[in-house]
Amino acid sequence: MEEVGHLKYRANAIRQDIIKMISNAGSGHPAGALGMADVFAVLYFHVLNHDPKNPSWEERDRLILSNGHICAARYSAMAHSGYFPIKELKTFRKIDSRLQGHPSYEDLPGVESSSGSLGQGLSIAVGMALTAKLDNANHKVYCILSDGELDEGSVWESINAANKWNLDNLIVILDRNNIQISGDTEKVWPLNPLRKKFEAFNWEVLDVDGNDVMKLVGVFDRVNHLKGKPIIVIANTVPGKGVSFMENKAEWHGKPPAKDQALYALKELSVKLRKIEDDF
Amino acid sequence: MTSEQKATRQGYGDALLEIGENEKIVVLSADLSESTKTNLFEEKYPKRFFQCGVAEQNMVGMAAGMALSGKIPFVSTFAAFVPNRVLDQIRVSVCYNDANVKFGSTHAGLTVGEDGATHQAMEDIAVMRALPRMTVIVPCDYEETKKAVAQAAAIKGPVYLRLGRNKVRAMTNKETPFHIGKAETFKNGKDLTIIACGVMVKEAMKAAAELERHNISAEVVNCHTIKPIDKDKILDCAKRTGAIVTAEEHQRYGGLGSAVAEVVVENYPVPMEFIAMNDSFGESGKPEELLKKYHLTSDDIFSAAKQVLNRKKK
Ligand SMILES: Cc1ncc(C[n+]2csc(CCOP(=O)(O)OP(=O)(O)O)c2C)c(N)n1
Ligand SMILES: [Mg+2]
Repeated sequence: MEEVGHLKYRANAIRQDIIKMISNAGSGHPAGALGMADVFAVLYFHVLNHDPKNPSWEERDRLILSNGHICAARYSAMAHSGYFPIKELKTFRKIDSRLQGHPSYEDLPGVESSSGSLGQGLSIAVGMALTAKLDNANHKVYCILSDGELDEGSVWESINAANKWNLDNLIVILDRNNIQISGDTEKVWPLNPLRKKFEAFNWEVLDVDGNDVMKLVGVFDRVNHLKGKPIIVIANTVPGKGVSFMENKAEWHGKPPAKDQALYALKELSVKLRKIEDDF
Repeated sequence: MTSEQKATRQGYGDALLEIGENEKIVVLSADLSESTKTNLFEEKYPKRFFQCGVAEQNMVGMAAGMALSGKIPFVSTFAAFVPNRVLDQIRVSVCYNDANVKFGSTHAGLTVGEDGATHQAMEDIAVMRALPRMTVIVPCDYEETKKAVAQAAAIKGPVYLRLGRNKVRAMTNKETPFHIGKAETFKNGKDLTIIACGVMVKEAMKAAAELERHNISAEVVNCHTIKPIDKDKILDCAKRTGAIVTAEEHQRYGGLGSAVAEVVVENYPVPMEFIAMNDSFGESGKPEELLKKYHLTSDDIFSAAKQVLNRKKK
């Protein structure tokens, strides 16, 4: 477990990687990935009970990334945790790479399930959480979902399933960034009132500023003491967070920055990094 | 022939605009209107455009309901999700009801590129072809797509249009004949027939030119309609050239090759070779790199042609 100051530093490194990887690949999904960098930093360096040198360790916590398109953030967090060499990030989206455009279970140890077709991850997480109960295992199952994914009916089937089996070892982290490809989620496919919907399905609902590392640490510490119900942490995030020209703009859902834009973004991020170091 | 490069998905978007005057036409999209080029229809006919969110199963069911109420819905998303995500809805709500729903599924095949295996639909032809009442069309270029969309709207019953993401060279022009269910000869030849669809038509023409340089005369047939398959044409080829190579950007099981083989084996067996994906998933990479790695190029068709000729001689 790393302390808060260090986690901010990690999140910044993840953001820089995201920009470099997507720019270098010439394709990818920056907005969601940047918005979730803090969550990934907190999960990989504070919350998850895992062993990067032994990705198939039985007792590890599972992390399912259901919205596979934001995998640049996960790959970076994995590389910095020691799952694979950081320089491998350069192969993202290239032929013969383990770092597929959408995560591939078969290719990269530590990816718990392939994803990329939206709305399938929570069912898998439910299956894993149910198996953990069946086997009296103590690990937890974390599942990252995006808000656009909640359009899919099958996600609500799994939300119901988690309630049926009282899966309090299942923790969903929802990337509530209010965008999907066609724009504002509430215009494209209204989701609100989200909290009430999850409460009606008998889930424990927690809200947090998903770009505040300190608060994220607090919320995950609280989650550890909750019992009896499946848990959802609604992480309110800013899509494109950390790169001024990308923030809150749905057009950056799935578009790479041009070279000059990438350089500008990296400059902004290094200014922020210096500030983190000064505060540290 | 012109050398203009446009994507078949662009043909889809442009064609919908042209036939959009027909008040019966409605367009549905699952959070992918820009990618499927249905944003053009959305701008011109906002009332008849329905943004369905990332909820494909509901979208197909809704389309069936609209068709049963007299509309001609065009369901639009990636081929990875329609048909793959919604097979039961297509089978029961659309096909069993004989609902007049048209499917415009873009980003089909390996040439999706960097998004990787999850987004590379390589089994959709097989899946759709297996459904009673479904018509299956794989246009090879922009102009052909436009004709296919217009004719799909004009016939009654479900139609699947398999479209691509990338710009492709024009293989046809406005005057090239196009009729659903009728394959077209693009190049005459007497030693063997290459039957191709979609992006592989271009590869087939390239292979035929190379074969010509080796004194082998290959006929090239653009088989844009996989179902109903043009039985007469295929048998005519089998009888005249006595050897067939099929080429498709799809799994080898159940696609164009299978459809052609069914006709050939039952009526007039001749040696056949199949250029197709060999029962594996794709991966991220540049489209050209992937076609090469997974053996879907003119070179592969060339080798298959030589192979099939060897077998013909025996
Ligand atoms: C089943 C399925 N349908 C459609 C898509 C295409 N798609 C990819 S991301 C996306 C938008 C989803 O919204 P969200 O995950 O909230 O996007 P973000 O916030 O990351 O921009 C869509 C429609 C898909 N990957 N899977
Ligand atoms: Mg979102």
